Amino acid sequence: MMERLNPNARSDPYGSRINRTQSPLRAGSVPWLSIMLGSLLPVLLIADVMPLMPQLGLLMLLAWRMVRPGLLPLWAGAPLGAFDDLFSGQPFGSAVLLWSLALIAIELIETRFPWRGFWQDWFTAGLAALLVWLAAIMLSGATVTPDLLVVALPQALLTVLLYPILARMVASLDQFRLARARRIG
Amino acid sequence: MAPPSARRSGFSKKAQFSVFTGYLLAGIGALMGLGLLLLSLRQPDAFAPLRGVASDAVAPAGQATAAARNGQQSLLSGIAGYFRAGSQNAALREEMELARIRLAETDAIRAENLRLKALLGLNDKDIKPVVVARLVGSTATSGRRFAYLGAGRLSGVDAGMPVVSDRGVIGRVLETGRNSARVLLLTDSESVLPVRRAKGDVVAFAEGRGDGVLRVRLVNLGINPLKPGDLMVTSGAGGYYRPGVAVAIITKITPDGGIGRLVAEPSATGFVAVEPIYQPEAVAALAGSRTPLDAGPEATAPAKTPATTPTPPPAPSPSPEPASTPAPAPAPSGGRE
Repeated sequence: MMERLNPNARSDPYGSRINRTQSPLRAGSVPWLSIMLGSLLPVLLIADVMPLMPQLGLLMLLAWRMVRPGLLPLWAGAPLGAFDDLFSGQPFGSAVLLWSLALIAIELIETRFPWRGFWQDWFTAGLAALLVWLAAIMLSGATVTPDLLVVALPQALLTVLLYPILARMVASLDQFRLARARRIG
Repeated sequence: MAPPSARRSGFSKKAQFSVFTGYLLAGIGALMGLGLLLLSLRQPDAFAPLRGVASDAVAPAGQATAAARNGQQSLLSGIAGYFRAGSQNAALREEMELARIRLAETDAIRAENLRLKALLGLNDKDIKPVVVARLVGSTATSGRRFAYLGAGRLSGVDAGMPVVSDRGVIGRVLETGRNSARVLLLTDSESVLPVRRAKGDVVAFAEGRGDGVLRVRLVNLGINPLKPGDLMVTSGAGGYYRPGVAVAIITKITPDGGIGRLVAEPSATGFVAVEPIYQPEAVAALAGSRTPLDAGPEATAPAKTPATTPTPPPAPSPSPEPASTPAPAPAPSGGRE
C-alpha cells in the first residue's frame, strides 16, 4: 500500500475535489446570517454616552457586496435593513431606505466604472458608509446638535477604518461558504 | 478585477429583464423604507410590538454579556485598588469617622422628621421596585440613547416606569416586550427630566444633549444660583419619578443653568430597579388633559387635575419637603467621586 505524501494533494482551498460538493444551504445562508449577526452584535454593548460602534451590519453588507459582487440580490438592502432597524434604535424604516439606496448607488457606479481594486473598493464602501452614517444621524429622531455630531465622529472614523478587516473576514467566510462539505455517491 | 462576465447582461433579453427586475425590486424596497420611516417618525411606537419580539430574542444573550461585563469591571477595579492602597486607606478611615458623625446627626434628623410627619398626619409609603434586572444592551450604533432591560411585561414592567440604580436615575421605560424592555436613557437628546437642587429649592429641567452630559435649564431665569458641584435630584414634578433621587452633578455654569454630569452611568451599573410610576393618577391626568380640548366625553378627567395632583414643572411640592424623602438608596455624597 502506497502512502500518499501530501494528504492535501488532491484538494483545493475549498476542500477535497473528489466525491464532495458544496452544501447549498451553507452557500446560500452564510452571507445573510453574517450580516444579521453584524446587526445584532452592537446591541450587546452598553453605550450610554455616544454612539460607539460602527454600523456593523451595514459594513458587512457593503463588504459582501464588494468582495462578492452579484452574490446578494440588489434588493437585499430592504429585508436586511428591516432586521437591523429592529435592534438599532433608529426609527423603523431608516435602514430599509438607506441600505437600499446604498446598494442601488453602488450598483449604478459599478456599471459605469467596472474596473476595481481593493483601494477603490475601500473608497466606495467607506464613502457609502459615511453617507449612510450621516443620513442615519439626521433621521434618528434625535435633535441634531453640533455636540451630537462631534461625539459621533469616532464612530465615522471606525466605520472607515474597519472596512479592510471586515473585507478579509468576508473573504474567509466566503471560503467557508463554498467549502465542499457534502459527500456525494 | 472586472466584474464577472456573467453579470453583464449583453444582448440576452432574459438577462436584461432580470437586471431590470432587480432595480425595480430594490427601488420598491427603498420606497417602502421611506414610507415606513415617515410612519415611524410620526408615530414612534407604531412598530413597538415588533421591536419587543426582537429584543426578547436578544435579551438572553444580553444577560450573559451583562454578567461578563460586571465581572470584568469588578476585576479591573480590584486591580486598580492595589495601587494607592495605603494613602487611600488613610483617607477612607478619616472619611469614615466623619461619616459616622454625620450618620448620628442624620438619625436625629430622621427621628425629628418622623415626629413632625406624624404631627402632620403624612405617611410616606415605601416604594417597592417592580423588578430588579440587568441592563442587557443598548443601541450602540445609533444617535439615540436607548438601553435594553432584561425584564418585561411578564415581570410587571410597563411603559413610563422610572429605572433607577443604587446611585441614581438611569432613565424611563419606553416600550415593553414580554421579557425585555426598552429604556430611554437620560443622555438621549429627547429626554427631559424635572429636577431641583438637593439643597434649596432651585427648580430646573435636565435635558439630554446627546453627547453624554445633561443640560440643566432653570425654570426661573434671573441670577443663576447654581455652582459647580451642586447635586441635582428629581423633583417629583410630572408624577413619574419619586422626588429626591440623584440625577446629575453640575460641572459647568451656563447663562440659563448649567451642564451636568450623570451620577448613575448606565455602563457602570450592574443591576437596576424598575420602580412603579410615582403618582399614576397625576400622569394619567396630565396625559389625558390634552384630549378633552377637542373630544368632550371624558369631562371628569380634567376636573381631577387641580385637586389631586402636584401640577407640572414649576411645582410647589418640592420646596416644602426637601429632606423628607424616605429614599434609602441615593446617597448624595457618593456621587462626588
